[in-house]
Amino acid sequence: MTEIDHPSPHASWETRGYWEGAGRGALVLQKCGNCSLVQHRPRGVCAHCLKSADLEHFPASGRGEVYSYTVTEQNQAKGFAEACPYVMAYVTLEEGPRLLTVIVDCDPDVVTIGMPVVAGFVNQERDDREVFAIPVFRPSAT
Amino acid sequence: MTSSQFPTGIAIAGVYEHPSRFSPNKSEFQIMAECAKGALDDAGLTRQDVDGLFGASMTMGMMGIVDLAEYLDLRPDYLDGTNIGGSSFVAHVNHAASAIHAGLCSTALVLYGSTAASNSMAIGTGGTGASKDPGLAFTAPYGMTTVGSYAMYANLHMKTYGTTSEQLAQIAVTMRHHAGLNPLAKMRAPITVDDVLESRMISRPLHLLDCCIISDGGGAVIVTSLERAKDLRSQPVSLLGCGEAVQHQGVGGSDLLTIAAKQSGSTAMKMAGIKHADIDLAMIYDSFTITVLATLENLGFCEPGDGGDFVGDGGIAIGGLLPVNPDGGGLSSNHPGMRGIFLVIEAVKQLRGECGERQVKDARVALAHGTGGTIGDKHSGATLILGVDR
Repeated sequence: MTEIDHPSPHASWETRGYWEGAGRGALVLQKCGNCSLVQHRPRGVCAHCLKSADLEHFPASGRGEVYSYTVTEQNQAKGFAEACPYVMAYVTLEEGPRLLTVIVDCDPDVVTIGMPVVAGFVNQERDDREVFAIPVFRPSAT
Repeated sequence: MTSSQFPTGIAIAGVYEHPSRFSPNKSEFQIMAECAKGALDDAGLTRQDVDGLFGASMTMGMMGIVDLAEYLDLRPDYLDGTNIGGSSFVAHVNHAASAIHAGLCSTALVLYGSTAASNSMAIGTGGTGASKDPGLAFTAPYGMTTVGSYAMYANLHMKTYGTTSEQLAQIAVTMRHHAGLNPLAKMRAPITVDDVLESRMISRPLHLLDCCIISDGGGAVIVTSLERAKDLRSQPVSLLGCGEAVQHQGVGGSDLLTIAAKQSGSTAMKMAGIKHADIDLAMIYDSFTITVLATLENLGFCEPGDGGDFVGDGGIAIGGLLPVNPDGGGLSSNHPGMRGIFLVIEAVKQLRGECGERQVKDARVALAHGTGGTIGDKHSGATLILGVDR
């Protein structure tokens, strides 16, 4: 089976912490020191306080479970067309937030809702010295 | 201006659905202009009467509504180019009603046109590449597709409530049956549940025939005061209630099975002061079979989880408990990218009793609900309740 060739993420100054963190092998979330909100997708402010001053990045455990998923049989986009069928999923992280991802390194037929999964990282080739990676998930070793 | 309590005193005075399903030699604006002519004729009005212009399309950009005004050589007093996806035109009727109620304009023209089919647009399965759009930054790297988003909703609904692929297929079968009664519908040959289940899998659990078709097309709606509409050519259809809402992933997770329809539907129902049993037919945006089931549950026509039973046994067929999309919907009649305007047009035609073989008998109150975007990621919802005196 052909692996997904992920399009490079567009990192703005608001979101680059997430992709850079993944490049270091960490699944990075944001937490507000003022109201304790843990948020994903990343923003320049705490969505509830509407301030940036108390917002920090922190490494999450990388553990979570499948909230829902689909086995994609048709996607005409480059990098995905050749990789069909692939599993796109929402994963609920231990820290609370849910994120969109793909489930890899398993037969699509074994994926179920509620299945425990763990983050892995697919490095992105770049023409500068930075290291970005795409967080993906695979079934936890039981 | 009307002095009564909103939305009393607002009516739809004219509608037009473009008959074409494939228009390779026409532009979007040309289709909109032809629709404008059709709706003005339907109402017995002329373009000089239009003082409010509302529109959106899949390609209109930042100044799109201004471009449209120029194309039609109109200089209206009120402009609204709101684009919240396929539900936009339902929302435009709501916005037009409030503008008319406030006295900011008196005759609003709502337009849509599209050449999605002749442009070979891959709407549901055309994923996105790297994108600077902040809304796509966290979906494009993971191969998100429109159908994939709906498929994740469907999988969760199946896991939570035991909904089956056969129940979803029944929705496609019913829409196709309705399309067979609509001479303009693109796909009219009857299909069976087995045909749906045996069609190619696109994104599990959704098959090809769980997905709407892609067509060209367009439509127009004219909104004015009820008082004025009474003097015009066609029977006025009154606005009884309306509502809008949005649902999204927030800061990392809302209940995926709760969609915008729950909030916008509740607002509209309270405004209209009616019960579900008072509604004679529903026009529901059917981008996919699961969209119909999700919307019926969230609008409160049945309990969460009971949608599978509700759509079976002919419940949503003409003559059933709640006829849904007698025109055949996006699944079989037409889906030029953004379908909201057809929900309004067919509701109006049904309430006027103009629908021939597909007419819902004695239809007096209709609900239209548009969804824009994808229910598995982020989307808008707009609800409209319309009625006629008989």
